[in-house]
Amino acid sequence: MEKVGDYDELVNLKATELRLGLPGTEETISCGKSNKRALPDDDTEKEIESTGKTETASPPKAQIVGWPPVRSYRRNSIQTKKNESEGQGNYVKVSMDGAPYLRKIDLTVYKKYPELMKSLENMFKFSVGEYFEREGYKGSDFVPTYEDKDGDWMLIGDVPWEMFVSSCKRLRIMKGSEVKGLGCGV
Amino acid sequence: MALRLPSKVLKHILSFIDSNEDRNSVSLVCKSWFETERKTRKRVFVGNCYAVTPAAVARRFPAMRSLTLKGKPHFADYNLVPDGWGGYACPWIESMAAKSPYLEEIRLKRMVVTDDCLERIAASFKNFKVLVLTSCEGFSTDGIAAIASTCRNLRVLELRECIVEDLGGDWLSYFPETSTSLVSLDFSCLDSEVKISDLERLVSRSPNLKSLKLNPAVTLDGLVSILRRAPQLTELGTGSFAAELKPEAFTKLSKAFSNCKQLQSLSGLWDVLPEYLPALYSVCPGLTSLNLSYATVRMPDLVELLRRCSKLQKLWVMDLIEDKGLEAVASYCKELRELRVFPSEPDLDATNIPVTEQGLVYVSKGCRKLESVLYFCVQFTNAALITIARKRPNLKCFRLCVIEPFAPDYKTNEPLDKGFKAIAEGCKDLRRLSVSGLLSDKAFKYIGKHAKKVRMLSIAFAGDSDLMLHHLLSGCESLKKLEIRDCPFGDTALLENAAKLETMRSLWMSSCFVSFGACKLLSQKMPRLNVEVIDEHPPKTRPESSPVERIYIYRTVAGPRMDTPEFVWTLHKNPEIGVSKLAIK
Repeated sequence: MEKVGDYDELVNLKATELRLGLPGTEETISCGKSNKRALPDDDTEKEIESTGKTETASPPKAQIVGWPPVRSYRRNSIQTKKNESEGQGNYVKVSMDGAPYLRKIDLTVYKKYPELMKSLENMFKFSVGEYFEREGYKGSDFVPTYEDKDGDWMLIGDVPWEMFVSSCKRLRIMKGSEVKGLGCGV
Repeated sequence: MALRLPSKVLKHILSFIDSNEDRNSVSLVCKSWFETERKTRKRVFVGNCYAVTPAAVARRFPAMRSLTLKGKPHFADYNLVPDGWGGYACPWIESMAAKSPYLEEIRLKRMVVTDDCLERIAASFKNFKVLVLTSCEGFSTDGIAAIASTCRNLRVLELRECIVEDLGGDWLSYFPETSTSLVSLDFSCLDSEVKISDLERLVSRSPNLKSLKLNPAVTLDGLVSILRRAPQLTELGTGSFAAELKPEAFTKLSKAFSNCKQLQSLSGLWDVLPEYLPALYSVCPGLTSLNLSYATVRMPDLVELLRRCSKLQKLWVMDLIEDKGLEAVASYCKELRELRVFPSEPDLDATNIPVTEQGLVYVSKGCRKLESVLYFCVQFTNAALITIARKRPNLKCFRLCVIEPFAPDYKTNEPLDKGFKAIAEGCKDLRRLSVSGLLSDKAFKYIGKHAKKVRMLSIAFAGDSDLMLHHLLSGCESLKKLEIRDCPFGDTALLENAAKLETMRSLWMSSCFVSFGACKLLSQKMPRLNVEVIDEHPPKTRPESSPVERIYIYRTVAGPRMDTPEFVWTLHKNPEIGVSKLAIK
């Protein structure tokens, strides 16, 4: 899991953790993947501990790793086809915390990250600060993130551009307080 | 006085026994039968590459000609096993190269295979004939080129859903210039273009070619040209059908297909436009296997195709077929044995999946020979499951994926316990079962009680307590592989049924409540199991009662493995040593 080490450093997992378990149980796991376990399902006895990061604002359902159980090979084929069949370009949704509605952008229009960032900044009227490889984005309350093919939320800018375009499913511009430790040095 | 069967006679008798299960039984009778059996076994199957050392296998089966190996746990298919976990083919290839140079066939599933490995295979086995890699990764097209150029007797080269570093289509030109003995070639998972002229020439000089699966980069024109040169094909995987429909192109395609009088299996069909489907009509009546699972064809075009496939035995399709389409399948495809319906949008968000439980009920009612099902839909009912069980007691494999986790019977709001009880009770020959939806411990009590022949069981988001696991481990007599994710239990049932684990190939549990302490205890109790904990944080940094992220437990005579990555901890049998990495790094 190439991503996990970085993810660990970037996100304060304890605070944003979703887990399957009764409240009060000693829960010290903070594996990146475990965030996906719990579901916002109220029929069951399982309490969901979620602080700060409200799932209701972004995707309607919490993404669960490896569910539904479709082979990655097949998932990737479908995703590629979806992108291609969307006619020109690769449109992905962009949400910003606090903004009332989402936008859509075509990733194929851009050749590299600075262009994308400028466009996002214009679209949502904010500024994103400077990107540092180790610490992430500094100098702004806003942090640009994206959801990749595996359902993980990643910091924009970490991977080569082509890899980003082919694995990005949607973007989310996170705001300040939700992003403890995500390299948001204010 | 006991009469001893002369070993020559026994040898002759054994030459008629192919099934490895039977051979395993034979080898348990007595020492001399064990000896004769091992010296005559040609096809060796190792279901878990860590259960035994390559050297031991080579030693035991000196006549081995074919080796099949499986590596990663099944849930690796769904990204639940981190990269770098293991499953390396190299040690096996190294060992076989030295000890079994007459090896002719290698089949690997979910293993990491490098180019070096492939080159070693090419260099070491003079009579190498068959290479089948399924869901493997770690190699590039250079490795394939090595196999193509060096293995002069190559008959089968199949790359099934592998992740290959594609360095270009050159590898195809590495096959020997003289005629080849190729019978089957599958490069459908490669991305880049191959030169059509290379492919044409290869096909022309491969008179024995029966099965050919092209990659999406091969165009329709290319396909036509290939079919003209290989009308004897029995299995075809097409390339992409995305070209704009032109009348002459269509006519050429139709003609090419109609000349393939022996075609029985058809797959590929990426991006197929419905206007092209009629080109396939001529081969439909002869088809026994049709894989439309990558074809985004909808109704009613699908029905037009399927109603002509009266001999169809295996159908893989996307949920775009809708209940209506499945109703048509039920009336036209009376020979159907296997049905798989995949989701066209494999997301939790997807709410408009066009198949419901009704589709599966239609097929269960209409297709008497149906024995294997994989079905994805949003929700289900007990009534439907009960009907399916009643109509199809001959089911051998039933994998239902209700995409909505914890979804109850949507008509009665009850758990799907009764439905799966009917399946377990009614389908007495059931060998593989995947359950989903809202299930209480009761469901597993029924499964434990009735599903006596189930060998592989997959469970997600189910059950209430430890009882669930206890029912399964104590009840399912034939259980060999159990994989569980996101279920609320662990320790007690696991420890109580520890002995059962040695009768099974493996147990996978992720996101359950198995504590590290229990893993340690289990490992101490059962020295012939490898208890592997997959967790990013060293278990020592947490209290023993806290749950571990994932565990993979398997029986082995090879001891703890030496190639674990940093996030896998094998619990050592010796409590003094405790948890160790055991890696000689």
